[in-house]
Amino acid sequence: MSDRPAAVRARDLTRTFGAFVAVDHLNFEIPSGAVWGFLGPNGAGKSTTIRMLCGILSPTAGGADVLGYDVARDPEAIKARIGYMSQRFSLYDDLTVDENLAFFAGVYGLSRPEARDRSAEWIARADLRGRERTLAGTLSGGWKQRLALGCAVLHRPRMVFLDEPTSGVDPVSRREFWDLIGQFAEDGVTVMVTTHYMDEAEHCDTLAFIFGGRIIAMGTPDEIERREMSGALFEIMTAQYGMALDALSHVPEVHEAALFGRAIHVTVQDPDTAIPAIRKALADRGVLVDTVRPVAPSLEDAFVSLVERPGAGTPQAPAEGRP
Amino acid sequence: MNRRRLFAVIRKEVIQILRDRRTLISVITLPIVQLMLYGYLSNDITHIATAVFDESHTLESRTLLNAFTNTTYVDLDYYTSTFDQVRRLIDGGQAKIGIWIPPDYASRLRSGRTAQVEVIVDASEPTSARTVLGIASEIGQELSTQLVIQQTQRLTGGAPSALPIDVRARAWYNPTLENVNFLVPGTIAIVLMFVTTFQAIIVIVRERELGTMEQLVVTPITALELMLGKVIPLVGLGYVQITLTLFLASAWFHVPIKGSLLLLYAMSLVFFFSTLGIGALVSTVSKTFQQAAQMTQLILLPGILLSGFIFPRESLPRALQILGSIMPLTYFVTIIRGIMIKGVGFPDLWRQIVPMMVIGIVVFAAAISRFQKRVD
Repeated sequence: MSDRPAAVRARDLTRTFGAFVAVDHLNFEIPSGAVWGFLGPNGAGKSTTIRMLCGILSPTAGGADVLGYDVARDPEAIKARIGYMSQRFSLYDDLTVDENLAFFAGVYGLSRPEARDRSAEWIARADLRGRERTLAGTLSGGWKQRLALGCAVLHRPRMVFLDEPTSGVDPVSRREFWDLIGQFAEDGVTVMVTTHYMDEAEHCDTLAFIFGGRIIAMGTPDEIERREMSGALFEIMTAQYGMALDALSHVPEVHEAALFGRAIHVTVQDPDTAIPAIRKALADRGVLVDTVRPVAPSLEDAFVSLVERPGAGTPQAPAEGRP
Repeated sequence: MNRRRLFAVIRKEVIQILRDRRTLISVITLPIVQLMLYGYLSNDITHIATAVFDESHTLESRTLLNAFTNTTYVDLDYYTSTFDQVRRLIDGGQAKIGIWIPPDYASRLRSGRTAQVEVIVDASEPTSARTVLGIASEIGQELSTQLVIQQTQRLTGGAPSALPIDVRARAWYNPTLENVNFLVPGTIAIVLMFVTTFQAIIVIVRERELGTMEQLVVTPITALELMLGKVIPLVGLGYVQITLTLFLASAWFHVPIKGSLLLLYAMSLVFFFSTLGIGALVSTVSKTFQQAAQMTQLILLPGILLSGFIFPRESLPRALQILGSIMPLTYFVTIIRGIMIKGVGFPDLWRQIVPMMVIGIVVFAAAISRFQKRVD
């Protein structure tokens, strides 16, 4: 995809708060028109990175270009061309849906007729019809979220930053929200979105895992699932998962063992020797096993695998096979 | 500056001000309540309860007592038959003044000798005590002079002779020396200062506390557009407040507005920008409303004492005079008094107007330059 210019280009982007390194020498490119997912646990550095890219937080070292403008030198040029939505859905609770949209349209310099047309368009598209005169403060999570997104994109930015846009929203609204994001991509808008919902990551063209301020893996969802999960993944169902996990930690053939819901996921190199060893270890401890079966790895498995790998959090070479 | 962005902010602020009924009502009633309070507190000392022990019971003693009641400062509420009763009334606080006229008062006067009268004042509250003591000696002087003139006439049998010296004291601007004329205009200035400064803090800190500021700083809006957009509706609100308080001052307290109302309104604009600028500056350097409110009180409260609102600025030490001269209130107190009570115009007030304008511009510019479109 080298035929398209990069919408974001980060070069050793770094931010420290006192002695704490929140973002540590990030290097990445986001191609124009991509939906770029930024994954990682809370405090990994996702929001700090986004704030630097939006020009509201200055990098301590390194730098980044957004839409061709330097974040440190030209933040205002960036601000006029991007949309930003935070997990707080920063709306005015005492203004109606219409008034919120009109305000942000005005702040982005749209004329009154433009603002009216685009607000009406968004209200139709985001299924907000009939709530134009409802106070934003009385809307429920999903409505609020779609209104906040509308306020951020009414000026038709070429790039949208969404910082945990789906946190605290019900699953149906989350799906509807990702449909809206999919439409941006069709219009050629670049989207950078952070989330800690792994199931949402499948919607992205490219994923970057950030942990401890560093990108520890990057690629398409498929690539990450395949590459990061060397070996085979098995699911063990048992009621005594505490004892089972303990027993598994003493089996040399087991690379990793982690609890997933009510099942234990284990990765092994060679199933032919490992599975009998696992069964024996569990039987020795008196753990009653319901099933042991091979499963397809999910992103969540990949992420656990990445984070638990020895050396996670040390700088790593940019992943090969970037899209 | 982009007009669309500025108007977007103004429109939004106006909607928010009008929608928050509770704040709106308190912002409008607060100045009225404050003015009522100060207006009544500033009532002049009159009708002080007085106990009289008149042992003379003559035409002369009644003439003396009439002279006291005519001043309206004293009310002869108690007539006693012993001096001890007078003492008890003053001790108990029912009376603040005691007047004792001895039995030989009239006879001594008639025979040309000096007659004595005793006036006792409860001086635990010095302001009214000072007033009463002044009045008592004035009445004594006045009556003595009349008697001397009458006696001289009787002796010489000639025409009434004139007094050698005639001091004609004239109290300009406030001929009846009413406290209310002095205090009410200053009170209007102080109330307006507090309400506008705090309003500015509320509308700016609220954005930060609700997290909407983080959204605003990623938009192309400039600090000037945001600050002006927030301040302009508050100037409008300030005009509602000054109109209400001026109406109350003139309709209820009968404080005159002798000068040009237009000039007063024009000067209010400069004053509002400087007080709103202080509010804006304080809110850009503080993180929470609490912090901003404390900092503001730290600036505004000493400002009142240094402004000449109560204590004449001339009586302050030099350092405090200088400190007072950087407060916009100091100038506006002089301006509003000048226009309302003295009826003076621009030529007499430009010495106040220019520094107030400079302070307004400096404070406002500082607020804008301090406002960072960043979160770090």
